[in-house]
Amino acid sequence: MNLTLKIWRQKGSNVKGKLVAYNVADISEHMSFLEMMDVLNEQLVNSGEEPVAFDHDCREGICGSCSMYINGRAHGPDGGITTCQLHMRTFKDGDTIIVEPWRAKAFPVVKDLVVDRSAFDRIQQAGGYISVNTSGNTQDANAIPIPKLNADLAMDAATCIGCGACVAACKNASASLFVAAKVSQYALLPQGQVEANDRVINMVDQMDAEGFGSCTNTGACSAECPKDISLENIARMNREYMRAKAVTK
Amino acid sequence: MANSTFTTIGRKVLMALSGFFLMFFLLQHLTINMLSVISPDMFNSVSHFFGYNPVIQFALQPVLIFAVVFHFIMGFYLELKNNKAREVKYAANSASENSSWISRNMVYSGLVILAFLALHFADFWIPEMEYKYVAAEAQDATRYHHELVEKFQSPVKVGLYALSFVFLALHLLHGFQSAFQTVGFNNKYTPLLKKLGNIYGVAIPALFILIAVYHYLNPLTH
Repeated sequence: MNLTLKIWRQKGSNVKGKLVAYNVADISEHMSFLEMMDVLNEQLVNSGEEPVAFDHDCREGICGSCSMYINGRAHGPDGGITTCQLHMRTFKDGDTIIVEPWRAKAFPVVKDLVVDRSAFDRIQQAGGYISVNTSGNTQDANAIPIPKLNADLAMDAATCIGCGACVAACKNASASLFVAAKVSQYALLPQGQVEANDRVINMVDQMDAEGFGSCTNTGACSAECPKDISLENIARMNREYMRAKAVTK
Repeated sequence: MANSTFTTIGRKVLMALSGFFLMFFLLQHLTINMLSVISPDMFNSVSHFFGYNPVIQFALQPVLIFAVVFHFIMGFYLELKNNKAREVKYAANSASENSSWISRNMVYSGLVILAFLALHFADFWIPEMEYKYVAAEAQDATRYHHELVEKFQSPVKVGLYALSFVFLALHLLHGFQSAFQTVGFNNKYTPLLKKLGNIYGVAIPALFILIAVYHYLNPLTH
């Protein structure tokens, strides 16, 4: 298939960017979106132009690196997938595809389609962990009984790959779904209880400090999440937060 | 809890709590208005009680006004703050693919409700305050029903009220279930709660419209 791509080009974080149109020919419908981008970049390199910078790593939907806003949707038109899992058969011959970076004040553009998502790292560092003794006498996690439902819900929350699609899709650029998933994966397990109050308060404070918006429950985050993280996690985070605020001195 | 007012979650919880209070008030307001259709005498006596009871007038009314003002100011403040969280907008954004129009446009339905409240206060609240506290007129327990019916003799006014209530319905259809989600209520009863919210969001504004239309179609004969 032959396509017209309108891709956001921006040389650096402090430079103005713009959409630039490119034509790509003979794209196979079996290619992933990233492979199509590889074809474009090869074409650009061969003609002496700067290739389009974009994040990618595992190319199997688990690393959370690829981060493109394709035709007005985070990770493109299909639901429950990352950009690397989006196949060109989703598009038609002759289509024009608009590709933009995630847009959020807390995710500044580094170059072209690459954004700086280190705000997520700082939120995680603020409390998204448990402190365990790793000197060799750590208790076997399997020795602690955990209700099946809680284990399943914690696992569901832990499937968040931190790609940032929730922020990209939210009209408020809110990171609530990401933070809620990271709070929930510990809040549901006994190992997470010791630091539960500090965790939720510190992570929410960091989320605010990074400049993400607030949650207005539109549900766009969950609808665009490649791992289908549920809004139940945001309700759980809010409960954890209110409880922590009520009991913390 | 003092610090929580300064975080996104704290602000949203306060939005939800003031929303709950206003939704409860709407239900109470509607119940009294229904009396104007069912029994004018009962409507008069209940209105008179509400209008002159010191607890309602000097304790609950200020709380209500505070809740209304707070809900509006916080709503607009959050909207502005949320807009700042995305300084560069998307060239292409298919928001309708992942969220409802009403959930994304609460500020606009809210603005229409604010404009309506200005009209509503000019129609009822300001004349009432003037009657009671400025002109200090004598108490008259029979005036409420005919005052109400007379206000709805203009088709333009009935139309404006009806239009405003359509926007109120849009606001409630998202606001009801959103408030529960914000205070952390999301469990096996949530699907049922969403249905209840849809019934509430449609029925309350629809009944307000019906009452206005009823009084327009049934003018006082004496």
